[in-house]
Amino acid sequence: MTMDDENRLHQNFEISGGDFSKAGNISTKIKEILQEIGIDSSIIRRTAIVAYEAEMNVVMYANRGNIALTLTPEQIHLELEDEGPGIKDIKLAMQEGYSTATDEMREMGFGAGMGLPNIKRNADKFEISSTAGKGTSLNIKIFLNQERKK
Amino acid sequence: MTLREIKDLLQAEVICGDDRLEEEIKFAGGSDLMSDVLAFSKPGILLLTGLTNAQSVRTADIIEAKAIVYVRGKKPEKAGIEIAEKKGIPILSTAYMMYKACGLLYSHGLPGVSEYRKKG
Repeated sequence: MTMDDENRLHQNFEISGGDFSKAGNISTKIKEILQEIGIDSSIIRRTAIVAYEAEMNVVMYANRGNIALTLTPEQIHLELEDEGPGIKDIKLAMQEGYSTATDEMREMGFGAGMGLPNIKRNADKFEISSTAGKGTSLNIKIFLNQERKK
Repeated sequence: MTLREIKDLLQAEVICGDDRLEEEIKFAGGSDLMSDVLAFSKPGILLLTGLTNAQSVRTADIIEAKAIVYVRGKKPEKAGIEIAEKKGIPILSTAYMMYKACGLLYSHGLPGVSEYRKKG
């Protein structure tokens, strides 16, 4: 974890695609970092859910990925990038219940087509971009002061 | 309802966290689908599930569940128990199936997550 001149904390996490045994480790770590700093518990919970769904998506679908956590006095910023199959139709992927999951993923309790909608629901700002055959990027912000949201 | 009362009602075995049986449980939810759990739970939930992999415990930690009950006599994977012990999440295992386990708790006054409105 590094801190820059503008009082921003930054940390990068690598995610291995297909490694179900470690799935969730990064989200847990992010949650612990935010708890140590003393962020409001409801915001930690939302961030943890967002990070966990995103991490599971990389583990399930991509070859590898990266989560960058940046914490400023105003917000929690999560930037995700993965190398993998990408998403052909983002609009469809954002629909609850739409999924391309395999049986293995469903046996894990995931792959019900809830991941991306769930991320969006818990984020204050959510952007997704994807190139089929290359990978997917997510840009997520959660504001620390919830009154600024609107 | 305390975790001990829940244990007795469900005739459950304590897998870990037997020092936390006096904790008060205010509401519960049952699902084998972790995505649903992530979408609809509230902090402090008692999670009933039949999914025994480490992800079930990981999900419980992420959503701040108070405890987990595995139904149909299932027990979590070792990796899951290790996470639960580290995070202080008690785990029970009952022989009852999901429907009966939930029904017993509900009929004894433990509301579902959607009915529990006192705090967020």
